[in-house]
Amino acid sequence: MTDNHAIMTSKSVTKTFGGLVAVSNFDFEVPEHSIVSIIGPNGAGKTTFFNCVTGFYAIDQGEILFDGKSIIGKSPDQIAQLHIARTYQNIRLFANMTAIENILLGMEPDLHSHWYGAILNTSGTRDEEKHAVEEARRLLKYMGLVGSGDLLARNLPYGDQRRLEIARALANQPRILLLDEPTAGMNPNESAETMRLIQRIRDDLGITILLIEHDMRVVMGISERVTVLDYGAKIAEGTTKEIQSNPQVIEAYLGRGAATGLETTSSDS
Amino acid sequence: MTTSQSIQWRIPLRFGFYAGIASLCFSAIGLVELFGQRALITGVITMGQVLIFTATIGLAYITARDNAEGQRGVALLYGSLTGVISGIPSALLILLASAVNLRPFLPNVSPALIEILTFNLSPTAGSLAFLVAMTAAGLIAAAFSLLPSKVQRPIFNGLLWTLIIGLFSEILSSRLRDFFGSGFTKLIFAGKALHPLVAAILFVLVIGITALLDARKQTTPEQTEDVSASRKSRLRWLTFAVGAIFLIILPQLLGSYLSEVMNNVGLFILMGLGLNIVVGFAGLLDLGYVAFYAIGAYSMAVMTSQGPLGLGLPFWIALPFCVLFAALAGIILGVPVLRMRGDYLAIVTLGFGEIIRILVLSDLFKPILGGAQGILRIPKPEIFGISLVRPEHFYYVILAGVLLAWFVSWRLSEARLGRQWLAMQEDEDVAEAMGIRLVTTKLLAFSFGAGFSGLAGALLASKLTSIFPHSFKLEISINVLVLIIIGGLGSLPGVVVGALILVGLPELLREFAEYRLLMYGALLVVMMLAKPEGFWPSTIMKRELHIDDDPEILSAKAGD
Repeated sequence: MTDNHAIMTSKSVTKTFGGLVAVSNFDFEVPEHSIVSIIGPNGAGKTTFFNCVTGFYAIDQGEILFDGKSIIGKSPDQIAQLHIARTYQNIRLFANMTAIENILLGMEPDLHSHWYGAILNTSGTRDEEKHAVEEARRLLKYMGLVGSGDLLARNLPYGDQRRLEIARALANQPRILLLDEPTAGMNPNESAETMRLIQRIRDDLGITILLIEHDMRVVMGISERVTVLDYGAKIAEGTTKEIQSNPQVIEAYLGRGAATGLETTSSDS
Repeated sequence: MTTSQSIQWRIPLRFGFYAGIASLCFSAIGLVELFGQRALITGVITMGQVLIFTATIGLAYITARDNAEGQRGVALLYGSLTGVISGIPSALLILLASAVNLRPFLPNVSPALIEILTFNLSPTAGSLAFLVAMTAAGLIAAAFSLLPSKVQRPIFNGLLWTLIIGLFSEILSSRLRDFFGSGFTKLIFAGKALHPLVAAILFVLVIGITALLDARKQTTPEQTEDVSASRKSRLRWLTFAVGAIFLIILPQLLGSYLSEVMNNVGLFILMGLGLNIVVGFAGLLDLGYVAFYAIGAYSMAVMTSQGPLGLGLPFWIALPFCVLFAALAGIILGVPVLRMRGDYLAIVTLGFGEIIRILVLSDLFKPILGGAQGILRIPKPEIFGISLVRPEHFYYVILAGVLLAWFVSWRLSEARLGRQWLAMQEDEDVAEAMGIRLVTTKLLAFSFGAGFSGLAGALLASKLTSIFPHSFKLEISINVLVLIIIGGLGSLPGVVVGALILVGLPELLREFAEYRLLMYGALLVVMMLAKPEGFWPSTIMKRELHIDDDPEILSAKAGD
């Protein structure tokens, strides 16, 4: 899939907080329609990078291109209008709103009705709302959440909340979907199921997916490319196979001693 | 039976103590004596006595209901124990007051109060009688908690309504006299309160009605499935029509004084609806809300006054401009506070409210706004050449304003903008990441809220015919905020309920006036503890079930 053109490119992106370098000189490419993962130990700068892409943080240096155009300096709502959607590591649904309302909020970039249309109850406003609700119900069904639409998000079981957050992101009709540790807090079975779901989203809807994980086993099955971050810097990049046997990666995850140990065992075989 | 082991002495002791302190406080601050003069049922009970017993009855009921685990004896024991304990503080007060003169420290512990507490007996006998009465109250409450809820509800409603009607006897009897003459009124009311016989009839009547309604509600669930959509909509229209007729004839029923009270309530409903958009929907805590009320009022005054400061425009031409000016002021205030959240926002808006009042008072604006002397000779609105001078007539102008604000709030809350506001209230960052433009969304909330408040201010100016800066104090902002919290943040009927309780009730219970702020405080604390969502909380919309009646969906709902 690497022959596809890059939908998102990061050129030597650097983000510091005071003296701390969270992301440093990060070069990175996401080919269109691919599933790409960024992995790394906790605190490696993965989520910071997401926050830079989605406009939460202003980057200090470098450039991020989406579809060939720079998205530096855009606010989060402008980023959403470009059809870049994300989920959050610790679920951030609108907890006191219903599942359907959450999904409807995800559709914001495509909704255009105005307050005066709402007061006058114009046919345009009503049609837009009706279509939006239909679309939201379709998404609920796609994500296997039929029947939960009128429940408050906070009353949903944990797994459903994760899926609802993905549904809300899909409502944006994203060209690229940024998933921040979508399997956090799940057992191995649930993780595997979520990974199948992510693959299905890419295959059915053709959405490019950028995935963050700290547990590398989770993403190995589905990622076409994996990039490894450690202390904000890229230490490896390649196919899952290449990453799995990369000594630097093993060192980052397990410490130097383990790396040498593993190296010898892998070279033995 | 292992009763002796399962008895938890601490709970009734603690609750009894709370009830005792509450009842003691009611006595010591003078409420009991004051309300002792207001009889509910002639010769039977006064409001003061209700006040003494309320806390004991309520807490004894809760103690018995929640902790007895179905054992009758234990429940009665808990109830009477709560009662005895709750009687001790006031009994001690009686004894102490007979021994030393407490009035230098507690000016409200008067002989009249002691008379009420001791049932006109000697201090020793009286304090014993008081203890016995409190114990009996606790015991009765506990016994009541043992009844099945099918019986409890009607009796509770019967008592509540009899007491409420008794409380408003004075105003009710004066209204009835206007309609049916004094002969009929004397049958129902003896002196200033309900006739005991009428009270008994009323009690039985309410019990009957509640029981009947409950019985019907029990049978309806199967019927609702059969009720066709057309019948449902017909029923809705009927309710709507009855409501409309009621609102139209209300001032005729109420008379001049009560219509004036309703008008004040109406202005606060209008402001409440506005602040509800800012705080309840958008979650922006605005403490300077009175500023927009002032801006609306002064706009109306300057544009319509026939005095030297006014332009002499007609009311109806000035009105939309007042709303517009207030809404613009909302935007102007909104811009600098766009990046602020929570406490900071509250402080800045608080300052803004004060700035407006001080500007009006300042020498700078004195030539235009009249300084402390205010603006006089503001005309009342006219319709077809008739000046709406009487409160019964002005009522309709305020009603129209409230209905308009209600309609706009309702439509917006169910539309995209309302959803954006709620999302912003929950999580501003994520809302922005959804693609919501925070600037527009916030400014719309500020300007709608300010516009409604400006409308209320404009109506106020015209209603009073003269306005002064001291009518626009911080207290109004606080009142409006408290009323929407008590009614239920984000709920439109809640605003009406809140305004009726906080603005209407004190007008009807004039004795209350001194204790108004105290009551607000107490009410807020009790509400936050017992019913933080408000008297009439907002409900969630059922979008999924509206369209589809997939059995799969229904079963999933039932499982929730």
